[in-house]
Amino acid sequence: MKIHEYQAKDLFRKAGVAVLKGKVAATPDEAAAAFSELAGPLAVVKSQIHAGGRGKGTTKENSQQRGVQLVRSAEEAKKVAGNLLGKTLVTIQTGPEGKTVNRVFVEEGCKIARELYLGIVLDRAAAKPVLMVSSEGGVEIEKVAAETPHLIHKEHFDPHVGLAPYQVRKLCYKLGITGASVSSAEKFMRALCRMYVQLDCSLVEINPLVVTEAGELVALDGKISFDDNALFRHKDLAELRDLSEEDPAEVRASNTGLSYVKLDGTIGCLVNGAGLAMSTMDIIKLHGGEPANFLDVGGGANEQQVTEAFRIILSDPHVKAVLVNIFGGIARCTTIASAIVAASKAVGFKVPLVVRLEGTEVEEGKKILRESGVKLITADDLTDAAKKVVAAAK
Amino acid sequence: MSILVNKHTRVICQGITGKAGAFHTKGCKEYAPTMVGGVTPGKGGETVEGLPVFDTVAEAVEKTGANASMIFVPAAFTADAILEAIDGGIDVICAITEGVPVLDMVRVYDLVRRSNSVLVGPNCPGVITPGECKIGIMPGYIHKPGKVGIMSRSGTLTYEAVWQTTNLGLGQSTCVGLGGDPIVGTNYIDLFRRYEDDPQTEAILMIGEIGGTAEEEAAAYVKEHISKPVAAFIAGRTAPPGRRMGHAGAIISGGKGTAAEKVAALKDAGIEVADSPADMGQAVARAMAKRRK
Repeated sequence: MKIHEYQAKDLFRKAGVAVLKGKVAATPDEAAAAFSELAGPLAVVKSQIHAGGRGKGTTKENSQQRGVQLVRSAEEAKKVAGNLLGKTLVTIQTGPEGKTVNRVFVEEGCKIARELYLGIVLDRAAAKPVLMVSSEGGVEIEKVAAETPHLIHKEHFDPHVGLAPYQVRKLCYKLGITGASVSSAEKFMRALCRMYVQLDCSLVEINPLVVTEAGELVALDGKISFDDNALFRHKDLAELRDLSEEDPAEVRASNTGLSYVKLDGTIGCLVNGAGLAMSTMDIIKLHGGEPANFLDVGGGANEQQVTEAFRIILSDPHVKAVLVNIFGGIARCTTIASAIVAASKAVGFKVPLVVRLEGTEVEEGKKILRESGVKLITADDLTDAAKKVVAAAK
Repeated sequence: MSILVNKHTRVICQGITGKAGAFHTKGCKEYAPTMVGGVTPGKGGETVEGLPVFDTVAEAVEKTGANASMIFVPAAFTADAILEAIDGGIDVICAITEGVPVLDMVRVYDLVRRSNSVLVGPNCPGVITPGECKIGIMPGYIHKPGKVGIMSRSGTLTYEAVWQTTNLGLGQSTCVGLGGDPIVGTNYIDLFRRYEDDPQTEAILMIGEIGGTAEEEAAAYVKEHISKPVAAFIAGRTAPPGRRMGHAGAIISGGKGTAAEKVAALKDAGIEVADSPADMGQAVARAMAKRRK
């Protein structure tokens, strides 16, 4: 689960990680009031969307209006907020369709001496979280990683122990941070690593992390993603979810316990298991078709889930045929077959349906389908299924 | 022979009184007589499927001589169940449970690796030595005792590969579902080592997926240390970058872990790569035929 910058900074502050003063605004008037309250000579108005690259991105409505802008008066804050709120911001991370800006964050300015990059992620190979810092702040870190990997410095830490002070000193030495700034870095980085563990984060990224002219480290940006599997023990964090940032079909799917990702093709897929679901997409493509989605009904799929899965797949107007590929393990073919029958009554299939069943209770499952009278094309194996559904979608 | 489990293995189910635990205990018991009991705290003395239930793993081990465990407890308690199995002296622990918080696994990972136990999973279908012992949720009938060692990060895709090798008459020595989570107890290299040493295993099939670098590391290991024919398949060749495809592991980020990189590394190690998921069985057959020349 991702959250907005203003929410991330609120969590930073609570964790003892230095941030600037700021206020979130949903209307131009609120933005003006926020500017006045901050009482500085200038402030920055920042669009709040779940995507990076906001500073360089522009709105669809006005190609001159960038997603982040410096303002010097309450009047100007109001004008810029008006140009952003309710508008569609397109950045390198949003795709061409962009994202609607529902809130802006009005934040005080600061005197910047240096811009750095900081990220914390899980290193799967090491089975530990890793803190990464780089002197190349404010730019695309993927580019730094690809072109100048020696400029990214890493320290793994144990969740029990946290980031040790000596690790911070090592990083500071590599970054050229000296003097009083080292103790600021120690407080900042250790608090952030502690927060990463306490809140079950899967990613924390600050780009840029700045060193102010006074020598303090401050998070100028903030991005946090949480481990969805751990949200059960963070009820307060679950409330930070912004459903308007997510694809409605994907939200519907996750509410039903399905894993769905919308894609651009014409062949809807309903599969059990993530690996098989990805492979089903692969084989459709191999035979000249384009998958319209990834959909994993999961291990314990029941009738209601499968019916909802069909609803979601068929709500995509681009879908011209649907492939059901089930290899029963936990999920039984009989459950899936009954669900297909029920779904055909509840939803109605207006496009061809190709079904391939194998695994637990397969014969009984096939019998249910045969006797139901539901119109469908049966397939014997993966290749057969892929060929039939690609032909049906043409 | 086989790896990890065989007809002498004695299996308990942690979480045996739960719905999934009871259902799959039944399935495993019907497949082979290797299930000997189960554990649910507070339900010691009850029976499930005619098997005794104990309050702790230690007691179950003492009374039944169990040396393997199948974990079905809820995600929030899985890390604890793994530690209890290690403490009880269980040799092979299969954590089937999905949805375990990743930091829970980080916390116990070092203990698991330092212990004498082997952890398979979490979020995995389990381990099966066809005809001898089934621990997990895989449909038993698709398997056939035979020559191919199969390991995979995906459950249902493993079934697909098993079914293909069964239909080709090759059969399987032992099949292991490693689990789809970012951190799992056993990796490809651990199993390559075991398959190489197992006389029954004549060929090895590795089923990988996009994300991470485990397949690349395995390819490097195969090049150096494996003498047996190896085939592989990588799922997710068409998955768009940056999107999580169900498995927490399956996400391409920062240009790393793409299918193309993995396939190149596998081919470089002399591994026979299946281009289609329907071609996994044939890829094993091709790898074996090549070796015979």
